[in-house]
Amino acid sequence: MNQQELQALRTMIVAHKRWDMMFGLLGILALMIALMTFTALFADMAINGLGRISWEFLTSFPSRRAANAGILSAWVGSVLVMLVTAVAAVPLGVAAGVYLEEYARKNWVTDIIEINVSNLAGVPSIIYGLLALGLFVYTFGLGQSILTAGLTLALLILPVVIVATREAIRSIPQIIREGAYACGATTWQVVSDHIVPYSSAGILTGVIIGMARAIGETAPIITVGALTFIAFLPPAPFTGEPPAGVFDWLFAPFTVMPIQMFNWTSRPEAAFLANAAAAGFILVLMTLAMNGLAIWLRYRLRKNINW
Amino acid sequence: MPQPSDRLKKDFSRHFKERVIEAILFLAAFLSVFTTTAIVYILVKESWIFFQHVPLTDFLFDTQWTPLFDDAHYGIMVLLSGTITSSMVALLVAIPLGTIIAIYLSEFAPFSIREIAKPFLELLGGIPTIIYGYFALLFVTPLLQKVFPELPGFNLLSAGMVMGVMIIPYVASLSEDAMRAVPMALREGSYATGATRLQTALRVVVPAATSGIAAAYILGISRAVGETMILAVAAGMQPNLTFNPAEPGATITSFIVQVALGDLPHGSIGYQTIFAAGLTLMLLTLVFNLIGFYMRKKYREVY
Repeated sequence: MNQQELQALRTMIVAHKRWDMMFGLLGILALMIALMTFTALFADMAINGLGRISWEFLTSFPSRRAANAGILSAWVGSVLVMLVTAVAAVPLGVAAGVYLEEYARKNWVTDIIEINVSNLAGVPSIIYGLLALGLFVYTFGLGQSILTAGLTLALLILPVVIVATREAIRSIPQIIREGAYACGATTWQVVSDHIVPYSSAGILTGVIIGMARAIGETAPIITVGALTFIAFLPPAPFTGEPPAGVFDWLFAPFTVMPIQMFNWTSRPEAAFLANAAAAGFILVLMTLAMNGLAIWLRYRLRKNINW
Repeated sequence: MPQPSDRLKKDFSRHFKERVIEAILFLAAFLSVFTTTAIVYILVKESWIFFQHVPLTDFLFDTQWTPLFDDAHYGIMVLLSGTITSSMVALLVAIPLGTIIAIYLSEFAPFSIREIAKPFLELLGGIPTIIYGYFALLFVTPLLQKVFPELPGFNLLSAGMVMGVMIIPYVASLSEDAMRAVPMALREGSYATGATRLQTALRVVVPAATSGIAAAYILGISRAVGETMILAVAAGMQPNLTFNPAEPGATITSFIVQVALGDLPHGSIGYQTIFAAGLTLMLLTLVFNLIGFYMRKKYREVY
């Protein structure tokens, strides 16, 4: 190899190394764009909304006058809807996940269920709203109520809970099951004494991520018919009109945080936009806290488990 | 007198309880099939009534969408143009950035950066879309107006761009998973022949992970098509047959929101239009999901 060829080779290597470095920088730049968007979003909302956040803002009903308006009915509505969602989605999702991992035989019925679960995860959320409008509101006659909204969001996050449950169960080593079966346990005993307890932290992570998604969902709840202006709270147990059952609040009209924010965002006055920023800031904090908790839980889990 | 072997016989009550529990768990799993069936049933049932009033040819070829006016026109093309335009803008943002981030995280980034970046991307994906809508309307649009002064306050451009940022985490994390699944031996072979990281990434890892990356793109497309609140807030809700992102426009999803916000009586033709629009959206996402499924099957490399 003569000197000239060697020189050519060296230049080529240097050029390729330079390309390598440039792509590394490009990667960091792309990450920075995402990071900057996030920072701008958070900062913009904090600058415009922080001034409005006060005790009054949390304990007042929405009002025609922006300065008096608050998010009391919105956050109470969100909490109650989430309660219904959790009560419906967690048992159903865990049961479905357990069935698919521990019981299901390899046949066409199982295939259909699995295809459906993964397909439902890709259905746009507004379609769930239309489903709820046709099914819960008009066919089942549940009305435009907290119950309808909670069940709708439960259907929406069911695939998330099922997938998380299955992944958590799959990480349990086979010897645990074999040990239990060898002692004469039935499938249900294995599931209830070993599988579910050992996978509970993984399931919890999935549930929290699902709930964080549900709390920010706006489109399906608008489609169901949540009102944008609610100046009263759902009836507490035994205080309804007439004073009756414990579950009157399930059938009350309601609003939720993202809808209250949407309502304020679509008004032209700057004062209402400040309210929207304040409500949005609280909403972002809530979802960040929930997602952060889930990520932390998963991190802990990965570190601490030694089978 | 009970024999010792009796204790080993199949215990009826124990067996029965097991079967009941299994049946209950099966029903929970079968709920997903029921949900899909219910979605299709509701959409088709209401759309069926709709199409008895509006001929399918009008629905597909009319160039106006004015279902709530006296002179009603039902040209879905108008809403589709908004959906397609905003999705294109979103994909132009999300696919390049998402792919670069995925390649960087999978092939270039040191462990510490990856450990921070992945949860961060996950957080970004968890932000409610109404927040992104607010951000597009009140931050990105004014910013763009400084560059293009004639840009209207509601436009598909800023909504689409923000939607793109929203989709980045999905595209990036799924593509990254696909690239990480490529066996180390392939990379080592490439390095052994003297290839650099970038050459290995672009000529070995990316081709080997094609199916997973394609699936990530398809998922991104179906997210963009189904996204609602960003468009409802920032793109205006005026039906507008245009492929120019600098104009306001309505999409299939934002039309549904607009109608749902009003007070349409159950059973009216206006009420049924949202189901016809929903059916169109469902078919659209179904097509993308099927393409994704097919691609994953066709290009799957088995290691």
